[in-house]
Amino acid sequence: MSELEDLAESVVADGMSPGDGFDAALWATLAGTGLVRLTLAEEAGGSGGTHADATAVLDAVGAYGARVPLAETDVAAWLLHAAGLAVPDGPLAAVVAEPVIAGAAAHGEVAGVPYGRCAAGVAVLAGSSVVLVDPAGAGVMVTEGANLAEEPRDTLTLDGAAVAVAAAPDGAARELALRAALARAQLLAGAARGALARSVRYAGERVQFGRPIGRFQAVQQQLALAAAEVAAVRAAAGAAAAAADREGFDAAATALAVAAAKARAGEAAGAVARIAHQVHGAIGFTREHDLRLVTTRLWAWRDEDGAEAFWQAELGERALAAGPDGLWPLLTGGP
Amino acid sequence: METLTRLPVLVPPPAELPPRVAALRAEVREFLAEELAAGAWRPRADVWLSGWDERFSKELARRGWLGMTIPTEYGGHGRSALDRYVVTEELLAAGAPVAAHWVADRQIGPTLMRFGTEEQRRRYLPGIAAGECYFGIGMSEPDSGSDLASVRTRADRVDGGWALTGTKVWTSGAHRAHAFFALARTAPRDEGDRHAGLSQFIVELDSPGVAIRPIPLLTGAHHFNEVVFDGVVVPDELVLGEIGAGWHQVTSELAFERSGPERYLSTFPLLVALLGELGGREFDSGSRRELGGLVARLWTLRRMSLAVAGSLDSGHAPELAAAVVKDLGTRFENELIDVARVLLAVPPDPGAEGGFARLLADAVLHAPGFTLRGGTNEVLRGIVARGMGLR
Repeated sequence: MSELEDLAESVVADGMSPGDGFDAALWATLAGTGLVRLTLAEEAGGSGGTHADATAVLDAVGAYGARVPLAETDVAAWLLHAAGLAVPDGPLAAVVAEPVIAGAAAHGEVAGVPYGRCAAGVAVLAGSSVVLVDPAGAGVMVTEGANLAEEPRDTLTLDGAAVAVAAAPDGAARELALRAALARAQLLAGAARGALARSVRYAGERVQFGRPIGRFQAVQQQLALAAAEVAAVRAAAGAAAAAADREGFDAAATALAVAAAKARAGEAAGAVARIAHQVHGAIGFTREHDLRLVTTRLWAWRDEDGAEAFWQAELGERALAAGPDGLWPLLTGGP
Repeated sequence: METLTRLPVLVPPPAELPPRVAALRAEVREFLAEELAAGAWRPRADVWLSGWDERFSKELARRGWLGMTIPTEYGGHGRSALDRYVVTEELLAAGAPVAAHWVADRQIGPTLMRFGTEEQRRRYLPGIAAGECYFGIGMSEPDSGSDLASVRTRADRVDGGWALTGTKVWTSGAHRAHAFFALARTAPRDEGDRHAGLSQFIVELDSPGVAIRPIPLLTGAHHFNEVVFDGVVVPDELVLGEIGAGWHQVTSELAFERSGPERYLSTFPLLVALLGELGGREFDSGSRRELGGLVARLWTLRRMSLAVAGSLDSGHAPELAAAVVKDLGTRFENELIDVARVLLAVPPDPGAEGGFARLLADAVLHAPGFTLRGGTNEVLRGIVARGMGLR
């Protein structure tokens, strides 16, 4: 493990509080360690880290099922900064929606906002504008919702809400989709690792027929299959982050890498969650066991920021456009 | 919260090919395009088993693309494993006939550099780099497949060397190769240490006492052989490495064998042919997704395989990661066939000269081997399970 991975792992493991909802204590620790707004430029108040750095940190967040919108905040901070808007302190979210903007007031619904109820700001990409909404401000009603992992996914109803508005940077919709998908793939890599680590441990502790179930080849084979999936999603997320660091999000190679990483991560998510639950037996299917913290995230996250179907369709389109002579060059396009 | 159980490294950090390989890649592509335009061969599936073409191997050698990692003093080119990676992935993706030199170039050269004597290196490496000296693999036996440590081929001490008696099987290309490394028992089996008492010998296949018989594949094609030793005398100078260290040597040879591009590209030419057939047709979204799913898996496998190559290149032996690449990669080779059949309802035709129907036939008929050779996927998963502390 790298130094940053070790740091993130210990900050998350030591700093998590039990319970439900936003983990404000962990957030404060992460902020104090400089792990919040990791990839945002230093002049904008970020840590100026790389996407490879983010892979290490989001891996820990995913592996422990930490209740903090770290990935979402990083993406939103980018969008706000790129649009020239001030980046508020605290957790942030970025979503695409179409509220009606009249001057500095907004009307309409903004759905699926991660941690909307406790966000310090929500960056809404509305056509060619970026709109910064304060969910706690006047004219905003928050309707609480949640994904499969009980992570807040709220709806903001704007009724004359005061907002800051700026022109969206060129290609903002595309870059937002790619950044969000990359971050989600990085989180999925962590959740998959967390599910495998718990399963390996459980298989070594749970005794049936007079020996740990991990001694049975049938169980070993399943865990090895899960390990292969964990390796695949980790490799894919890591390589996509490296592509983004090297070439930026405008590059065709980065788009291919992110699409492939999110599609592959989604496949791995289902396979790893299934094996983890099978190995854990009935106890893993209960609320008292913490396996659910990672498996429900695997199920929720594979469908967020573009499910496999979405990114596979894009990749299929690119393969068809490349044709027989262009497919291999497409795959080997990056270094 | 309690810290999670530490898992072993299942995939090395991302590796990138150095920019210098772009020119090399372009040269290889240009050469392959010329060969194809001249009709020198047709793209096939599973070419590293079945595409034996000595002219082609010598052409590659003439361009400096064999024995790339062998030092120049032994006739090689002193380049990195990543340069070799680029050449091999280009050849496999094109479905080019690489079988003749495959084993020699992939594992015999590196193994001789690691364990061979100066005399052995001078004897074989220049021929390997020239595309003129071909090797087989002498590991499996009729009663020893996955359980390789149970080999019964015996090497008895004789004056000036060792006399080998026993039988090796599934030796691809033995009827055309010049030599192979035979794994044999040099001390009686010890149940307390099953890996002790094994040694490797360089056996030249025209030696007296060697009998080679074909074992036709299910297609009837002759690639596999049975190689029988009847008191074959191997002189001391052809002992590979140390007597008794055979197990260690063989397992380090396998690390080179398990994670290369041949573990996920065996059926890639079928995907290329599929795209050729699909050109201009209308597609539903389901078909695009099937195709895109293959692209996502293939892209990921290539990044994993490159990560292992980068790790090998910097002197590590990522055994678990190599096992994982082979397990996922060989399953992908099969999945590609499934998708091709769903997207294009053209029956396989083993009698066709080339094209999709022929590639499909070869791919289907060769598929059972993908998940067997180089260690069955079940054995590989056992290695991964052991790495995670389960056994």
